[in-house]
Amino acid sequence: MKFIDEYRDADRAQECARAIARSVTRPWTIMEVCGGQTHAIVKFGIDELLPRDITLVHGPGCPVCVTPLELIDKAIAIASKPGVIFCSFGDMLRVPGSHTDLLSVKASGGDVRMVYSPMDSVRLAREHRDRQVVFFAVGFETTAPANAMAAFQARREQLTNFSLLVSHALVPPAISTVLGAPHNRVQAFLAAGHVCAVMGYHQYEPLAREYRVPIVVTGFEPIDILQGIRRCVLQLEAGEAKVENQYARAVKREGNLPAQHMVREVFQVIDRKWRGIGVIPRSGFGLSPAYAEFDAERRFGVADYHADEPSECLSGLVLQGVRKPVDCPAFGTRCTPEHPLGATMVSNEGACAAYYRYRRQQEPHRSL
Amino acid sequence: MTSDVTAACPLPIGQYTHVLMAHGGGGRLMQQLIDQVFISAFSNPRLDERHDGAILDAQGRRFAFTTDSYVVRPLFFPGGDIGTLAVNGTVNDLAMCGARPRWLSAGFILEEGLPIETLERIVASMRQAAATAGVEIVTGDTKVVEKGKGDSLFVNTAGLGTIDHSMPIGPRHARIGDAILLNGDLGRHGMAIQSVRDGLEFEGPIESDCAPLADIVMGLIEAGIAVHCLRDLTRGGLAAGLNEIAATARIQIDIDESAVPVSEPVRGACEILGFDPLYVANEGRMIAFVPESDADRALAIMRALPVGDGACRIGSVLSDSPGLVTLKSRIGARRILDLLSGEQLPRIC
Repeated sequence: MKFIDEYRDADRAQECARAIARSVTRPWTIMEVCGGQTHAIVKFGIDELLPRDITLVHGPGCPVCVTPLELIDKAIAIASKPGVIFCSFGDMLRVPGSHTDLLSVKASGGDVRMVYSPMDSVRLAREHRDRQVVFFAVGFETTAPANAMAAFQARREQLTNFSLLVSHALVPPAISTVLGAPHNRVQAFLAAGHVCAVMGYHQYEPLAREYRVPIVVTGFEPIDILQGIRRCVLQLEAGEAKVENQYARAVKREGNLPAQHMVREVFQVIDRKWRGIGVIPRSGFGLSPAYAEFDAERRFGVADYHADEPSECLSGLVLQGVRKPVDCPAFGTRCTPEHPLGATMVSNEGACAAYYRYRRQQEPHRSL
Repeated sequence: MTSDVTAACPLPIGQYTHVLMAHGGGGRLMQQLIDQVFISAFSNPRLDERHDGAILDAQGRRFAFTTDSYVVRPLFFPGGDIGTLAVNGTVNDLAMCGARPRWLSAGFILEEGLPIETLERIVASMRQAAATAGVEIVTGDTKVVEKGKGDSLFVNTAGLGTIDHSMPIGPRHARIGDAILLNGDLGRHGMAIQSVRDGLEFEGPIESDCAPLADIVMGLIEAGIAVHCLRDLTRGGLAAGLNEIAATARIQIDIDESAVPVSEPVRGACEILGFDPLYVANEGRMIAFVPESDADRALAIMRALPVGDGACRIGSVLSDSPGLVTLKSRIGARRILDLLSGEQLPRIC
């Protein structure tokens, strides 16, 4: 299959890993920001091919993991209301709120539907004018254009029974947060290729300059990730700190301008709480004033929900790359995908779930 | 903000108090339901074998007995319908016990308002599938429920098969050193259903692999292959089948991902949805555990049959870590192949 097979070729992967090993002269710590990359690294065993001097740490780029607890509670409250059709991408349905999850709401009679595109929920609103249709608009910059398009289309069609529960996060402020933390040890980043396909990578250039870190825009297949790591290593060894684009087959420096235009039309940048981390200034999208009528939080009166997250698990430290999942005493014992203590164990792309699924017998990793 | 970062985490959800769809997904939640509700209530030596059917002794003869219910939506899908599924699914469960499938029952739960013509089409499919598999439908039952109390049509079939050999076949009999053989490419049934259920259009049609597997099993047994364990790869796919066998037999199973065939359309559809074909359901795929010395001969027998013409060897049984399934990834690294918690859910991005 084109664009897949050539990026999963065993010989090329081994060659790329050997090239990395030849380039390394001392230990380096590299963070992949995106949960999709974390998943690929663990699923394909990419880190096992790397020399011991390279440590990969897993960043805060799993949209399910960083969605704050109170937002899940809001989703559950809205989905439980009579007359509501609550639409979500599949992987949000299992995420626990304070007391329950959306799958349980569905089992108790709530009309919770899994959709593949936000436009499916717009169609539902069109077909069910007597019902309130709510779309759970979750994700990073990647999903923002399609979610914005749903709001844009609903406004154009005057679908007054449609609204969005928005939880959009932005990658560059999260990178700043990781780099600015006093315990930070991350020396280079793999930036998420699909986020950059939408937003471009010029936003990362000031970060690379300010913090003196290499940032390599990287795809999601094993060879992509190995090439991204190699470029990071070459920069680190040479004392360079610039933005490079490994994923040139999908990413341009300026990104996708029509998509960005749609995002600016519907959303504005806001302060946002990240599950397990806390509030990061100007790190999310909310609906702009022109689209306020499509805000489900206002429509259903759930805007002032607040939930305290008990400080039992290490997910905040895992999301910032300070701890590995296997460093947590609860990992694989008191915390499993069936009984998650934290969001990183719930989502398929969460670092803890990926470790549980693919390598739970591994010995605890040396801590950073 | 960086200095006041807290390591915080949500509350756990304990035991679910109601049934979720994931309890039927073939993953770990379903295993828990079976263990905690059914096995704990009904436990007996035949049930505790955890085979696709029960193996019964009666007056010196051995029989296999099994049952399965079919709730698939939509009723008709590319490559089959609920009727072909209801016959082949039960036929295959009998075959996996090493039995020759002989007799089936058919129970129908019909929802008020179901078009008779729809029912007739499904029954005609069942007649055809039974003839192909060489079984007779010898008893049945019909119930009608009020509109809204059923989803147009559910079918249950039970099956009885005869075991004309003395080989013990089952998960407990898988042995260290066994070769693991698969009869063809994975994931076609699950992705065929997914594509029609959700209105997803993929390049090239994906047809269900729904087919009877008894010919393969009878072929292996009649050729004197020392078959240790058989498993059809329905819900939860190859990963669930291997994990159940590894846990029951206390063995380590190791497979080579690049040896597992998946067709281009299925791979493409799985890539789009973020699914792993190793977890996708099949209705005409099985694995056989046979001694290394019989592996080549068994493969030749499988490949001589239409339903086994894509047969291949995907792995073997090791001893190091009992209960574990490991996989050599496409790029040559090794990892666990685990059970999923519930169903695979399409991901956000």
